[in-house]
Amino acid sequence: MIRLENVHKAFGDNKVLQGMTLTIPKGTSMVIIGGSGTGKSVALKSILGLIKPDSGTIHVDGKPADSGDRDAFLARFGMLFQGAALFDSLPVWQNVAFRLLRGSLKRPTEEARAIAIDKLRRVGLKADVADRLPAELSGGMQKRVGLARAIAAEPEIIFFDEPTTGLDPIMSGVINDLIREIVVEMGATAMTITHDMTSVRAIADNVAMLHAGVIQWTGPVAEMDASGDPYMEQFIHGRAEGPIEAVR
Amino acid sequence: MSQPSPLSPIGALARLGQMVLGALGAVGRVAIFGLSTFSHMLRPPFYPREVLNALLQVGWLSLPVVGLTAIFTGGALALQIYAGGARFNAEAVVPQIVAIGMVRELGPVLVGLMIAARVTSSIAAEIATMKVTEQIDALVTLSTHPMKYLVAPRVLAALITVPVLVGVGDIIGIMGGYIVATQNLGFNPAAYLKNTVDFLELRDIVSSLVKGAAFGTIAATMGCYYGMQSGRGAQGVGRATKGSVEAAAVLILAANFVLTGVFFSL
Repeated sequence: MIRLENVHKAFGDNKVLQGMTLTIPKGTSMVIIGGSGTGKSVALKSILGLIKPDSGTIHVDGKPADSGDRDAFLARFGMLFQGAALFDSLPVWQNVAFRLLRGSLKRPTEEARAIAIDKLRRVGLKADVADRLPAELSGGMQKRVGLARAIAAEPEIIFFDEPTTGLDPIMSGVINDLIREIVVEMGATAMTITHDMTSVRAIADNVAMLHAGVIQWTGPVAEMDASGDPYMEQFIHGRAEGPIEAVR
Repeated sequence: MSQPSPLSPIGALARLGQMVLGALGAVGRVAIFGLSTFSHMLRPPFYPREVLNALLQVGWLSLPVVGLTAIFTGGALALQIYAGGARFNAEAVVPQIVAIGMVRELGPVLVGLMIAARVTSSIAAEIATMKVTEQIDALVTLSTHPMKYLVAPRVLAALITVPVLVGVGDIIGIMGGYIVATQNLGFNPAAYLKNTVDFLELRDIVSSLVKGAAFGTIAATMGCYYGMQSGRGAQGVGRATKGSVEAAAVLILAANFVLTGVFFSL
């Protein structure tokens, strides 16, 4: 279980998180929605320790996220970045097997390569992409490689940062289905941030609406459409009028 | 409290104070970054493959530019010393001055500046691009410390290879002078080489290699520092690259002054 309690984070005068509180039960898929610049990525990066919150607490399975062995902590996580964040200089299979080629999870090279090719197949890519460089792949293929890298070490918790941004609707659907299948198959705890409502319906068990640095509404995805929350209503239906100011 | 007018003497003093504090802050940040880099070099985990790749990029692939720079500089130096020496009948000192000029000053400084242009810019642009595309965040989530994986191997490679490049540059520069002197200026080849070898002291060679190590460390550290501090977007990458080369070039010249004083004024 991941628990954020009263988390604040500001960058200069820009107060991004202003008391965010959220619980993500173990083995469930939480999707955080909200407009651009509302702090979704900051929340996610705060859990991983990539950003240090100004105040508040973050616990993972009851233990503070910023204490204990950092390598062991990070080994529990996998993450798919918005732009895939593949390492340009490494071939695809070494990107996927990055964690298996070094550090505490190190395996023999042949075994790591076999696992990488297996994970590439799992996300619908053929073995022949393994030796290509990331720059030789399309955006959709790069996202799949990023997904394969996120699951390569069988993490307990997987984060997805805007998994369908920049993809066409068909490829978005493919990625959404893959995420759902993989999360269910692995029994992992998942946290996704997106503003794509199709992704929300495909991926989420629970939804949280982040606006103005706090969670405005959270609940099961099935109750999202009838939430009665004005922020949720406006976001779901994409209305310009409502409590969320639309800059024109 | 009201701010002083920027045009008033107090305002100008305040601006000067801010600039000094800003400069001192920057020196402190670079010093902490440098110490952190050396600390990560000494502590496991180590990434030998990254070090080998950096040795190739910094050392081997810099050889052509270093060689061309050195040979033309050595040749031009021979012509200048011959022409200048002719004014007071001292043309014969060409081998000695070419040797001392290349080994003590021009070899290390020109190689250092070439490395700043070629390697510092490349390191800064690469790391800055990795930062803006979240590759550095990805490294952290994959339990890999960016200082150990990206910074320490590059600085270590520069520390090892730039003295070697300086040594090679010194030799090629002297050979440039030798070719010009023997082919164009009528020097006897054997006498030229004997004069060169006889005139150089161990201290000259040691100072050259020590300068190489210092300049290599400065060049790689500045590239890594500016890359890691890069702002967002293409503009951030551009600023990081430009800033890294400027800082490396100025620091190399300043370090050259200090090291020359240490080796030859004491």
